Amino acid sequence: MATESIEIASLPRTTTTAVRLRGAQLADRLVVGFFGLAAWLVLLVVAALFVTLAIAAWPAIKTVGWPALHSALWDPNNGKFGVLSFVFGTLVTSGIALLLAGPVGIGAALVLAEVAPKRLAGPVAMLIELLAAVPSVVFGIWGLFVLAPVMRGAIEPALARTLGFLPLFQGYFFGVGILTAGVLLAIMILPTIAAITRDIFEAVPAHQREGMLALGATKWEVLARAVIPYARSGIIGALVLALGRALGEAIAVAMVIGNKPAISASLFSPGYSLASVVANEFTEATGQQYLAVLVGIGSLLFVLSMLVNVAARLLVWSVGRSQSAARA
Amino acid sequence: MLARMKRPLSGVRTLRSRQSWSTFMIAVAWLCAGLAAALLALIVLYAIRRGAAALNLQFFTHLPLPVGIAGGGVANALIGSVEIVLMASLFAMPVGIFAGIYLGLLGRGKLAYSVRFLSDVLTGVPSIAIGVFAYTIIVVPTRHFSAISAAVALAIIMLPIVVRTTEEAVRLVPAAIPEGALALGIPTYKAILLVTVPVARAGIVTGALLSVARVAGESAPLLFTAFGSSFWSPNPNTPTSALPLLIFQYANSPYRDWQQLAWGGALSLIVLIFAINITARLMFRRMAVR
Amino acid sequence: MIAGRTLSAEKTLQTEHLTAYYGSVCALKDVSMRFEAGAITALIGPSGCGKSTLLRCLNRMHEIIPGTRVEGEVRLDGKNLYDPAINATEMRQRIGMVFQRPNPFPTMSIVDNVLAGVRLTNKLRDRTQLQELAEQSLRKAALWDEVKDQLHRSGTSLSGGQQQRLCIARALAVEPEVLLMDEPASSLDPISTTKIEDLMRELKGDYTFVIVTHNMQQAARVSDYTGFLLAEESTPGHLIEFGTSSKIFTTPKDKRTEDYITGRFG
Repeated sequence: MATESIEIASLPRTTTTAVRLRGAQLADRLVVGFFGLAAWLVLLVVAALFVTLAIAAWPAIKTVGWPALHSALWDPNNGKFGVLSFVFGTLVTSGIALLLAGPVGIGAALVLAEVAPKRLAGPVAMLIELLAAVPSVVFGIWGLFVLAPVMRGAIEPALARTLGFLPLFQGYFFGVGILTAGVLLAIMILPTIAAITRDIFEAVPAHQREGMLALGATKWEVLARAVIPYARSGIIGALVLALGRALGEAIAVAMVIGNKPAISASLFSPGYSLASVVANEFTEATGQQYLAVLVGIGSLLFVLSMLVNVAARLLVWSVGRSQSAARA
Repeated sequence: MLARMKRPLSGVRTLRSRQSWSTFMIAVAWLCAGLAAALLALIVLYAIRRGAAALNLQFFTHLPLPVGIAGGGVANALIGSVEIVLMASLFAMPVGIFAGIYLGLLGRGKLAYSVRFLSDVLTGVPSIAIGVFAYTIIVVPTRHFSAISAAVALAIIMLPIVVRTTEEAVRLVPAAIPEGALALGIPTYKAILLVTVPVARAGIVTGALLSVARVAGESAPLLFTAFGSSFWSPNPNTPTSALPLLIFQYANSPYRDWQQLAWGGALSLIVLIFAINITARLMFRRMAVR
Repeated sequence: MIAGRTLSAEKTLQTEHLTAYYGSVCALKDVSMRFEAGAITALIGPSGCGKSTLLRCLNRMHEIIPGTRVEGEVRLDGKNLYDPAINATEMRQRIGMVFQRPNPFPTMSIVDNVLAGVRLTNKLRDRTQLQELAEQSLRKAALWDEVKDQLHRSGTSLSGGQQQRLCIARALAVEPEVLLMDEPASSLDPISTTKIEDLMRELKGDYTFVIVTHNMQQAARVSDYTGFLLAEESTPGHLIEFGTSSKIFTTPKDKRTEDYITGRFG
């Protein structure tokens, strides 16, 4: 039998619903043109975003320039615009968040997708998706009034007692600071990680599990050796997306990080982040240069999170492609 | 854990030890799930407790009062939020839905590919950067903060969500539907707009509602666009208060009365956003035709 | 309206050297055949032989799949359907199609499904005429008695067999001359299949039917003429033999046809 024709006969029918307009009438062309215009408009918005931010940040790049990235001295009133402490705060808080929320989120997703009975997992998963929609300002106010006092009164002292030999956990207990911001970010990205990785686990085909079970594997071995490896790149994609969200978070971080442009070895001490300095100082900025530098910081954030996102998309796409190729 | 994965299934370790390891690890995973659920539940429950104490009729009907005077409400912020989100929807939804239909049913080639990719990228842009953008293109030239500039910022955040959910929704319609219409001699554009797109309406409406829920809670892009106000702002061309903005500003204030209002605002925001989310999901289930 | 009309010989549908491609792959090669007006012609052959592709070329549904291409001619009334001056959309109102799986429009009620064709082409607007047309079409499709009390329910609420008859009614409502059926009963139970076959026998004369089927008993039962297509090692799908069904199924001339109808391959 001619296998070629079997393949192509089944190929185009399932891949797309797109309808081509050969011999299309004027009305068809008008409609397509009109809808295409909307698509162009989306492109235009993104392009405008790029160009505007670049133009607005240009004076800052020109006057303050790259040295700003090496300096932590932030004294706008005296023309000192070192942004290193903001970069430090952003990276460290996001790192802490990912470190804490990653394992917990993946563990929770494993339970919801693989272990828990469906009757329990369904509602809990729905709840977690709902919680992913809680606005960051709500997390912020909770962090300020609940988390920060708990950190100061209980968690930071406990950390100092047990791990105090590390410089990370020495110094005064402020309550607001790098660690608190990291923990709050962790709680914020937790539902995102759990919801996405749960979907990824659910997409792992049953034969992967059955094959491992048939080898006499225990329940955990099925998860650790069949399910997680199969979903690995998807999980990484989810983590990178969550990281992107943490990097760009302005409001919640501004409420608990302490807003002090300094770099300290202690995680207890107050700090600042790229997004939160823009949030806090933008409307108070006096002088063209100050404002331009803040726009520049916004653009830096934009570039940073875009790199992270593009990396994540490429990762997820390549995984999707290789997996669908494997299935076909 | 990685090293353990590399070991052969039934090597040195006895079945018994493997089984207890399995039980232990699964217990740890349960602990993670419990921790996640408990933490998040805690936050919402706490917000309900603190917020409920702030809610009364005055909260919804009055303007905020100056420091030192008890009472007052956030009516202007509620109205402002609704006004800004409505305007944003007005800007974003027609463009987003049309572009989504284009991507899903009409477009192929470079334009469709670029829009798809850039929408995905736009989803990940920090909202504060979008606020800076709206400030630069609207607030700076007009020389004043305004609800309109805030709506533009929120519309840009909504846009990629609407585009991609619409695209997904129309893509899920089986090819048999437009084919059936074409085979009846129905013109292509009608086969797409009047037959195929309606089949996807549940998905489109759900996506639109979820995008509203997403931006209704945004505060960062409002900081230097809507700016906030203690008064009514019937003119969309003037500084306007919004709920998330008010929560941020009042929570950071040293006054208990204002903090109280902030908690009330937080609770109202949670209720509003959950309501939109749940409505969207229920509607999807009810309307979805397969 | 159309009851009692007769299809003249000029209304015959025929192909001339029809060749069809998916991208660079040729799925159908050089098919020239006539479909007798008012008769039922069956296209049979194993999977991948190009019979569905041939059918979809007959009302230019093949070309809506991206990357496809057609060479040769399809003639109705002696006019080439692939002539650039021909409007494919209008042409499809004369050559209707029923698909393998029933595809009622899910958002429309039963009656709206039936009337979708005339409404969306603005052919008919008068309410009473529309009602009449809906009833007439549903009666022809032998569905009226089953649905007359629930015309405003969703088309997807019907059973599979009823849905397929709804799709036939929908196709009939635009008053086509030719009706193309792409394995119309392959997803249905035997009783529904019988109903659809009965329907075709009743309607032939008023309509020209072309039916693709992999079920040879069905082809033998309902069709007047049969064409056998086959794709072989080096050649894409092409027409092996064509003739009256009684001849093809009793005394095929070609060895390959005989092998196929006696179940030796495919």
